[in-house]
Amino acid sequence: MFRQARWDEPLIYELSKEGLIGHLVPEPSKELVDSVGARPEEMVPAAMLRKETPLLPEVSEVDVVRHYTRLSQMNYGVDLGTYPLGSCTMKYNPKICEELASDDNIVWLHPLQDEDTVQGILEILYKLERWLCKITGMYKATLQPAAGAHGELTGCLIIRAYHEYKGEKRDEMLVPDSAHGTNPASAAMAGFKVIRVPTRDDGCVDIEALKAALSEKTAGIMLTNPNTLGLFEKDILKIAKMIHEAGGLLYYDGANLNAVLGKARPGDMGFDIVHINVHKTFGTPHGGGGPGAGPICVTKELEKFLPIPVIEYDPDNKKYYLDYNRPYSIGRVRAFYGNIIPLLKAFVYIMSLGEKGLEKVSEVAVLNTNYFLTKIKSVKGYTLPYAPERHRKHECVISAKELRKETGVTAEDVAKALLDEGVHAPTIYFPPIVEEALMIEFTESERAENIDRYAEALRRISEKAYKCPEELKKAPLNTSIRRLDYVKANLPKTVVLTYKMYIKKLRKSNSTGR
Amino acid sequence: MESHPWVPNSAQKIFCKMLSEVGVKDIEDLFDDIPGEVRGKAKMDLEIKRPVPEYIVWRKVKQILKKNRSLLELKCFRGAGCWPHYVPAVVREILRRSEFYTSYTPYQAEISQGMLQALFEYQSMIADLTGMEVVNASLYDGSTALAEAILMAKRVNGRSKVLVPRTMNPQYLEVVRTYTKYQNIKVVEVDYCRETGYMDRDDLQNKIDKDTAAVCLEVPSFLGFIEEDPDEIAEIAHSKGALFIVSVDPISLGILKPPADYGADIVVGEGQPLGLGLNYGGPLLGLFGVRDLKLARKMPGRLIGMTTTLDESQRGFCMVWQTREQHIRRERATSNICTNEALCAVAVAVYLSLLGPKGLRKLCETILYNSHYLAKQLNSIEGVVAPLFKSAFFKEFVADFSETGVSVEHVNRELLKRDIIGGLELNRYFPELNNALLFCATEIHMKEDLDYLVEALKEILLGEKHV
Repeated sequence: MFRQARWDEPLIYELSKEGLIGHLVPEPSKELVDSVGARPEEMVPAAMLRKETPLLPEVSEVDVVRHYTRLSQMNYGVDLGTYPLGSCTMKYNPKICEELASDDNIVWLHPLQDEDTVQGILEILYKLERWLCKITGMYKATLQPAAGAHGELTGCLIIRAYHEYKGEKRDEMLVPDSAHGTNPASAAMAGFKVIRVPTRDDGCVDIEALKAALSEKTAGIMLTNPNTLGLFEKDILKIAKMIHEAGGLLYYDGANLNAVLGKARPGDMGFDIVHINVHKTFGTPHGGGGPGAGPICVTKELEKFLPIPVIEYDPDNKKYYLDYNRPYSIGRVRAFYGNIIPLLKAFVYIMSLGEKGLEKVSEVAVLNTNYFLTKIKSVKGYTLPYAPERHRKHECVISAKELRKETGVTAEDVAKALLDEGVHAPTIYFPPIVEEALMIEFTESERAENIDRYAEALRRISEKAYKCPEELKKAPLNTSIRRLDYVKANLPKTVVLTYKMYIKKLRKSNSTGR
Repeated sequence: MESHPWVPNSAQKIFCKMLSEVGVKDIEDLFDDIPGEVRGKAKMDLEIKRPVPEYIVWRKVKQILKKNRSLLELKCFRGAGCWPHYVPAVVREILRRSEFYTSYTPYQAEISQGMLQALFEYQSMIADLTGMEVVNASLYDGSTALAEAILMAKRVNGRSKVLVPRTMNPQYLEVVRTYTKYQNIKVVEVDYCRETGYMDRDDLQNKIDKDTAAVCLEVPSFLGFIEEDPDEIAEIAHSKGALFIVSVDPISLGILKPPADYGADIVVGEGQPLGLGLNYGGPLLGLFGVRDLKLARKMPGRLIGMTTTLDESQRGFCMVWQTREQHIRRERATSNICTNEALCAVAVAVYLSLLGPKGLRKLCETILYNSHYLAKQLNSIEGVVAPLFKSAFFKEFVADFSETGVSVEHVNRELLKRDIIGGLELNRYFPELNNALLFCATEIHMKEDLDYLVEALKEILLGEKHV
């Protein structure tokens, strides 16, 4: 039976005791101090000197190690078990990638070193850039974006630059209603007006509605294929033709690329810009929210708009270099060249699998989804909305709408009950076009037995829902903590965002006797 | 292909059994909805066809990485947005906890308390350092944090001009220009005093107006100096109803006044010095904090809050105020950010716990001693003026080589021959500083390192004289 660690772990501040120290920093030699001939307080303008020391905790090294090790034990990750969070592609993070990324020859490398001294990392980044283009069927890539959404913004800015270059004023971006929230948000950040495109009953983009939305203002469309329902947009070539004929560009949200490696390339589908979440498709860790990396690949026509600098190779001098001389570039999207550590891990991942291995990754990811569907199909309370007869790709979205209607048990209750089984919950309430959505993506990392167990857990939860639904409202019981008061967490009067705020509220409630 | 260690169901027998349970004969049947034209072209054509055993991968990648010359080999006196600092072993050890690094964004709070609490502690510590009431759980880096702060300022007061110091980190300025281009925000540079580096107050007064959304300042500045009276800039900004955005090097806050004390409304910065290491410039960590709860409603990025269980018996943590974020608000969100730099924020929390207030103060003192020693020694070389600006500085300073008659490009080439990464050449971004270098000294530099640089420079400059 699953029992998550339940340390009664205080805040690190609450472990603080004056005089304790967790790390010794080097101090200057007496000779150096004498030579400078001034005290630190004299080296800083008097008005800029810090009067009060910050509230930071004073703890020993042992305290810090125990505290954060205990916290880690109260955190669930892929290394502990099944984590089928849909659209997030929580696959196994290979340890060889971690090991190589901690090499001193990368960790101790300054981004502004002379190019001659960083040929190794430039070679890796250049080769990775080439591989990503080949995998997606595109021409040239930038590795700079720090995340998928950052890649989307970069792509949207390229679309703007492209239309501007052509002397056209196009400010409308089409986004399907099933899209990831980042798509409309990124388009808006690039100054586009977002036009929502509805989904047809078969789960695909409504072509008629799309046609009606097109105009001389259309800048492009942002699509993911397979879409968030796990369905491949069969009409993709038709859509591409329509958009291109209207003068727009196609942006590929690569969040679902894990479905089609070696099977279908976005470039061949007609896309002009593709982002890749290396922390999804290429096995780099999600780190509890980041860092990831979101490279984007573009067609030859769009190459000149890529952000600076671009990594190039000079075959005459056999040298990799950073090219800043790009007059049409959209500019810089971040400091330096990208999230190098995740990018290096992605390089190791692709190298380890090779072409055949990558194709196998997608085959098994897709097989796992459809295998799961055969196990869940007959379970009461769950349905598969949108084209139930079609195979899914890397993920599927089942609905607990009936379960809710008949028992009152919601998708959230199902998610919490799953936690009690020692597995992670699916993505819930997304995409918004599915009621009581449970979005499930096993990736290629799960064994068949784990998928069986997951389906079995969903069946048990359904049975419980029909027998004693109130029990499920109490879940989770086996996690570090029971269900939280989200209302209290969010109310302006009770919200607590820092330790200082917490202390203030404590004092206030103590003085008012509450 | 035989079974792959990372793809368990690729084992032939299992694979076939699953296929038959799904009710298809061939795996291709699951991809038959891809148009033939697309399916047919799908070849990746990588030079690596089949899976490569781990040892071979390890060996090959190690060989490529060996072509780099790291700071174990070279002495580095360059910062400029990514600074050489030591990362304590404990930080690296905690980051290797795979319960942390293999987890996703803590949407399911009950099973993710560890990450949530660590991020809450991170928010608390950056709030302590900066004096801001609310700090988010991270943005990508210092440059995008600044750009987001500017976009936020426009959301707050609806104005469309922003003033930035001309001495600002040029990469940051480029990012700001990229981010604001299609948001109808005009970015205007405010000149600086050639003697001190400080923001030119007259120029600021001339350029600020009723349409100014924000005035930005770096403390310390990209060029190293510490603005002496930022209160004055805050007053000018506030008198016109503009927000005051301050970009900091957080490590300096062990000795420098928190920006809240001189009127900052939004504080941003690069978290890299606090335990992230260099990593060839990424990942970095965008710090982002705001003055009060009211402003926090408009801020980008994730926020972690403390709450209790429903029965109030236990304290717990969860994500809050998500209605600002893209997954709920879509095109009306305060930012498009989703994946952030959470693990880097954990590193910062661990780092700051280790150092504590006293360790951080001591670290600042060491940095001040080292940088001031280096400036003094450089200044003693004939023709070198260091620091160029007659103002206080923290860990970086400009050294002017104009009087030496030797170009800084030549100086750096010669330094590299002696295994030294010299200061950053500034002429590319600041034509008026056409023969000057931006040097950096931190706690990683021992006196012998600093002396080695000075001796090498003497040798190079003397050698040129004899030619």
